[in-house]
Amino acid sequence: MADLKVKIQKLELKNPVMTASGTFGYGEEYTDFFDISKLGGIIVKGITIKPREGNPYPRMAETASGMLNAVGLQNKGVDYFIKNIYPEIKNYNTNIIVNINGSTIEEYIQVAEKINELDKIPAIELNISCPNVKEGGMAFGTNRLSAMAVTKAVRKAYNKTLIVKLSPNVTDITEIAKAVEGAGADSISLINTLLGMAINAETRRPVLSTITGGLSGPAVKPVALRMVWQVYKAVKVPVIGLGGIMNASDVIEFIIAGASAIQVGTANFIDPQITVKIINGIEEYLNRHKIDSITELIGALEV
Amino acid sequence: MKKIHDFNVYANHRLNSDTFILELKAPEKLPEIFPGQFAQLKINNHPQVFLRRPFSIHDVDYEKNTISFFIKIIGKGTRSLQKLNKKNSINVIYPLGNSFNLPKQNNVLLVGGGTGVAPLLLLSKSLKNKNISPVILIGGHSRNDILQIKEFEKYCKVLITTEDGTLGEKGLVTQHSVFQTHKFPFKKIYTCGPELMMKAIGKFAKKNNIECEVSLENTMACGFGACLCCVVETSEGNKCVCTEGPVFNLKDLKWQI
Repeated sequence: MADLKVKIQKLELKNPVMTASGTFGYGEEYTDFFDISKLGGIIVKGITIKPREGNPYPRMAETASGMLNAVGLQNKGVDYFIKNIYPEIKNYNTNIIVNINGSTIEEYIQVAEKINELDKIPAIELNISCPNVKEGGMAFGTNRLSAMAVTKAVRKAYNKTLIVKLSPNVTDITEIAKAVEGAGADSISLINTLLGMAINAETRRPVLSTITGGLSGPAVKPVALRMVWQVYKAVKVPVIGLGGIMNASDVIEFIIAGASAIQVGTANFIDPQITVKIINGIEEYLNRHKIDSITELIGALEV
Repeated sequence: MKKIHDFNVYANHRLNSDTFILELKAPEKLPEIFPGQFAQLKINNHPQVFLRRPFSIHDVDYEKNTISFFIKIIGKGTRSLQKLNKKNSINVIYPLGNSFNLPKQNNVLLVGGGTGVAPLLLLSKSLKNKNISPVILIGGHSRNDILQIKEFEKYCKVLITTEDGTLGEKGLVTQHSVFQTHKFPFKKIYTCGPELMMKAIGKFAKKNNIECEVSLENTMACGFGACLCCVVETSEGNKCVCTEGPVFNLKDLKWQI
């Protein structure tokens, strides 16, 4: 039997399959569909210091092989999470990773400090790439200096595994990757959604209330794969790949490009059991290719 | 509990040029399904249709083990569903969402516009099972749009309006004489249809202090509360139409009516 275990520095995953923030709620939304302890990890919905109502409706537009969203980090705030959600999810037998967000560096620090106190949360994903908020979010992740500053500040406030999630909406993603690595990131996850838009030709109006939104789904996979490969070559820390993964073959491609683990996002909406099928598919691939451990494939691209 | 299964197509028959009933047979005993709940259908083999499509559950037959959907062709997804035949199967996530709250008293009016009648058949049936005889008011553009009358007549008294006057009273549903009577006889209204229609009904209900439940439709990605795309503004903040709806009490919505 092939070994699916991977490591993100100190963080051990039973398999490389995690679920992407904003696509898996707090895990509870999926417990009717499968045993979520089968997952390598769950990145929960993005959390901010104060509750956020998110953006007005409409927040979603279907696109060719994908979707645009403009949810805008709707959540009930970190204190609500700690009091009401954490007790419900802390005993899941998988890695529960919290995606943290802020409008200012100070807000990121405050959330990180509070999450640092939670025993059963082994890692955070620092989101400097949300395209759907007016302040903070992607603004931090598209500038090398601000990406470095927020990573450095959160690194000081948080002593477990720190993953930084990057935006693809930049000229050179390796510059940002190197900057956050230098600032103390343990790992880099990419890509967040690509900024896009949809227009209703009949009404001449934008489909989304925010005009622009984040594109996800298989439409973005080639871009994500390219960026994972570029970042893998540019940094030493483990890379977590995501963007349009729909099946096990997609996962293998990301791992060959250099990802140590991956996240499944939009695909969860279409098939809530997709992650289990993907895990089985990875195992089948490894057995078929007589590979003992998935780690042998990380960055195994032959050029 | 939400389920995900492949259903076989049991029947697919046209009601008019663009509306059809899709009846699907479950691979296992159906769970209890409540009126107002919906399902997410996976559209297969269509490169332009990426997400599932949500449809109200129109009817349930626990003996045949089937659920039916009342579907109007409006785009690529619905057109693709219309082509399904008995050789096909389709993946279904169900039952989703909350349901209508059944009243204790009689004097219930159901108002459906266009495809908004979809969830009202199962509601009529459930009311009848509780010994409540509802009245349903169905509105459409023309007589060809007034569908499933015989089905509704099994459980309700049926009133009709058409905009062109080809069946029932002429005009919009909100112009039906039932709303003009000196003393409106109904104590509760359930409505589903175009938003403008539901708002007009809601306005009447609010003005006359009548309890009103509305079933909303929104574009949604997942249908089970994960994506947070299908929100509606309520007095308690944004709520997901898929999990905290699709049925809302009018008084909880922040509609400007």
